[in-house]
Amino acid sequence: MAKKPLVLKIKELKTSLGEIKDFEISIGRILEEPWKEEFGPTPFPSVSELRSWDLKLLERYKPFYMPFCDVCCLCTMGKCDLTKDKKGACGLTMPAQQSRIVLLACCIGAATHTAHARHLVDHLIKKYGRNYPIDVGGTSIEVEAPIIRLVCGIRPKILGDLEEVLDYVEKEIVKMLSATHTGQEGSFIDFESKVFHAGMLDHTAMEVADIAQISAYGFPKADPEAPLVEIGFGVIDKSKPTILVIGHNVPSAISIVDYLEDNGLRDKVEVCGICCTAHDLSRYDPKAKIVGPISWQLRFIRSGIPDLIVVDEQCIRADALTEAQKIKAPLIATSEKNCLGLPDRTKDQPGDVIKDLVDGRIPGALILDHDKVGEIAIKTALLVAPNRAKFKAIPDIQGVIEGAKKCRKCNECSRACPNNLPIPKAMEEASNGSLKSLADLLDLCIGCGRCESACPENLPIHSFMETASEKKLKEEKFKIRAGRGAIQDIEIRHVGSPIVLGEIPGVIAFVGCANYAKSGREVAEMADEFAKRNYIIVSSGCAAMSMAMYKNDEGKTIYEIYPGAFDAGCVANVGSCVSNSHIAGAAIKIASIFARRKLRGNYEEIADYILNRVGAVGVGWGAMSQKAASIASGFWRLGIPVIVGPHGIKYRRMLLGRRENEEDWYVYDARTGDKVYVGPAPEHLFYSAESKEEAMVMIPKLCMRPNDTTKGRAIKLTHYIDLHKRIYGTLPEDIHLFVRTLADIPITVKEEVLEILKEKNWKEGVIPDPTILPRLIRRRKE
Amino acid sequence: MATTEPWQKAEIPGPTKAFVIPKPEVLVSLIKKANHPILIVGHEAAEASNNGKLIDYIVRIAKAGKIPVVASGPSFKEIKKSINVSLMPVVEIANRIVDSSWNGIDGLGSHDLALFIAIPYYVEWLILSGIKHFSNVKTVSLDRFYQPHATWSFPNLNFKDWIKSLDAIIKGLEEK
Repeated sequence: MAKKPLVLKIKELKTSLGEIKDFEISIGRILEEPWKEEFGPTPFPSVSELRSWDLKLLERYKPFYMPFCDVCCLCTMGKCDLTKDKKGACGLTMPAQQSRIVLLACCIGAATHTAHARHLVDHLIKKYGRNYPIDVGGTSIEVEAPIIRLVCGIRPKILGDLEEVLDYVEKEIVKMLSATHTGQEGSFIDFESKVFHAGMLDHTAMEVADIAQISAYGFPKADPEAPLVEIGFGVIDKSKPTILVIGHNVPSAISIVDYLEDNGLRDKVEVCGICCTAHDLSRYDPKAKIVGPISWQLRFIRSGIPDLIVVDEQCIRADALTEAQKIKAPLIATSEKNCLGLPDRTKDQPGDVIKDLVDGRIPGALILDHDKVGEIAIKTALLVAPNRAKFKAIPDIQGVIEGAKKCRKCNECSRACPNNLPIPKAMEEASNGSLKSLADLLDLCIGCGRCESACPENLPIHSFMETASEKKLKEEKFKIRAGRGAIQDIEIRHVGSPIVLGEIPGVIAFVGCANYAKSGREVAEMADEFAKRNYIIVSSGCAAMSMAMYKNDEGKTIYEIYPGAFDAGCVANVGSCVSNSHIAGAAIKIASIFARRKLRGNYEEIADYILNRVGAVGVGWGAMSQKAASIASGFWRLGIPVIVGPHGIKYRRMLLGRRENEEDWYVYDARTGDKVYVGPAPEHLFYSAESKEEAMVMIPKLCMRPNDTTKGRAIKLTHYIDLHKRIYGTLPEDIHLFVRTLADIPITVKEEVLEILKEKNWKEGVIPDPTILPRLIRRRKE
Repeated sequence: MATTEPWQKAEIPGPTKAFVIPKPEVLVSLIKKANHPILIVGHEAAEASNNGKLIDYIVRIAKAGKIPVVASGPSFKEIKKSINVSLMPVVEIANRIVDSSWNGIDGLGSHDLALFIAIPYYVEWLILSGIKHFSNVKTVSLDRFYQPHATWSFPNLNFKDWIKSLDAIIKGLEEK
């Protein structure tokens, strides 16, 4: 790109007007622009600039609110009862209050990724300089930052270029957050538009974070053959001092492996991680091991395997320090956002800090210098490990049996459990000597520990489950492909046509956290089912890890079975949470690289293209966090539907289409300007499935797009019909809404479908060049 | 002992909470008085742990009360073996129930009473909240645990008492 500051300095100048000495003038920034593409209508958009696009989406996909709570308690005029059509003291209605909470969640999510990105960019600029080049895929990638190009209209070339992007994102997030103040926005539909805006900002920040770290740390650069790395409880070599890193922001973890390498200690210390820091560390150093997703925190810490715990930011248990103390492991906090009440020892001599940690004078320390973290963590772990002797916080089998005998069967644990697990029954069996049921529960457990907080006997129920599962946990040894990062331009060219024409039936992204209703196995099963069906499967974050933690009959994980390229029948792990930007980026690149739509500051047109042509669906089966909410909303604004698991209903608002409302499903034919009925494709923008089976029918349905060719639609319908028949035993009753011409009907079910069409008085339609933007109509009828 | 606490204790709704069904006869009367009730069945009815029993109860309730049934997930396939049933995910059916212009699952007009069963507790909790706030449709939870966002709900019951209540409802509905 881009803009550079112009600084004019004059040491000494003598003219007829006088004499100037040490004169300096800075005139901000000038545009140095080698990018020839002309600007679209909305570079660096404020929310109002894309509002009309948002309203178009929201007109079709209307919010359905399911309030978590009847009241508002955000100001001192409240609490206000907003039940039914009551208004709060400020005049706000329940729909507005719900959308306001959704906006708050998305602002939290977007702010989290943005602060993460800002920290990374500042840190990397300090380490490598402003002029360090952005390189996410060498010659395989020309469009290095599709979201930034689309949203901001700039083409970042160096790390320093990312600062301007973050300036914009930060400014807009503050604006969105301010809209939630009492007496600001009052319309639910405008809150929803701001939700979309927060999501778009979130995706922009995620892209900043990931392209910065890929470039500077040399993570896999759009590599379909990124190395297979080890994941699972059982892959950790317990004979070595072990450092566990938890969180999302990787510089401290990298300083640990760098220090090990620099000092010839790499084989002497085990470094492993939980959550996205683990993803990113394994992208940097394939020898680093991944323990598992976010829900593995309690079980792994209590196992006593870690000798030292290093936390950075995001998705870390708030009681990590307490849990670390239980196993006598010191903890180092490394982020200003998560200081855990620890003394700031950043400026102290490493030796002094190490001594205090090893002697137990302090349970942990806050170290805000990443380079120091490496040295302190390793030296401390080496000294602590022999004394700890892997001291664990779980009882032995006899301890579980004796503990279980104290259980009152009061059900408080089940009632506190998000998944209502039948803990009392398992405890009863345990009290009689059988630990099998307790062991089975661990696979369904999200590791929240609420059962323990609720127990009137203070029984460590989660630890009991862990003891019961100890043997199984030791056998947890799997492979996951390290996060590949972006999708290559050449891959996009290769699959662009079959995706847009519908011949590759869809792109399914399994993303998000591990708040599963029935274990991560369901994600693995869904991914496997659709990979077999030749969908393009991409994964990221904790979902990517969960998918890796199950094996087929031949003992292979999903990443060993399917290739990592972005192609039909692949399973491509893009990486950590911030790598989700590459999934949105791939959809954008299909419009830009394959269809040659202008990208620069041209958000609305590209989103219109994706909504009508790119059969992509996001699945956040265990979505839990505010970040997951903002990630989803970034996809919605791009016209990409998102399905969440049963717990995702707690986001309290769905965006649902109504297939029977014919008027909602018309688009313009860009060739003629005619309004054409295209059926409910895609039917919903945000949808919570109650069960895996329901999701498996909804996924192929939401992959349908108005632009599908007859061949493509027939392929998509084949999968929809096949799964519908398998799970429900019938043909879909709405099949007539997705058949536009007779050529759309899959040949294998032609007779059955024709019968339904006859019943429904179906009439043949046309396949338009679809758009919902009147300005894209090329030739208007007089 | 029957209580009126939500089963999942943190699920505190607010000022408007469900009436506890004092005895099955009250529910029988509610159903009989309704102009156009609907029975909404979640995927848990088909779970192996229910051993087909719950499906059997659902079918009997629907038959006795002549109530149209809509089911989600694998429950649809199981119920279809016995009676006519519509298929619709619970978020979709709830989204339609709050729309007073919707013509009902059977095309015979909007529903004035919606009965829920076999939906995960927290999912049903939110579905009932949406209906409570944005419609005048009366709702009943037939599940074992107290659902505060319903209009009427059982208290938290043990399995035996719950089955006894369902039996009594069926008996009451079968009586003219």
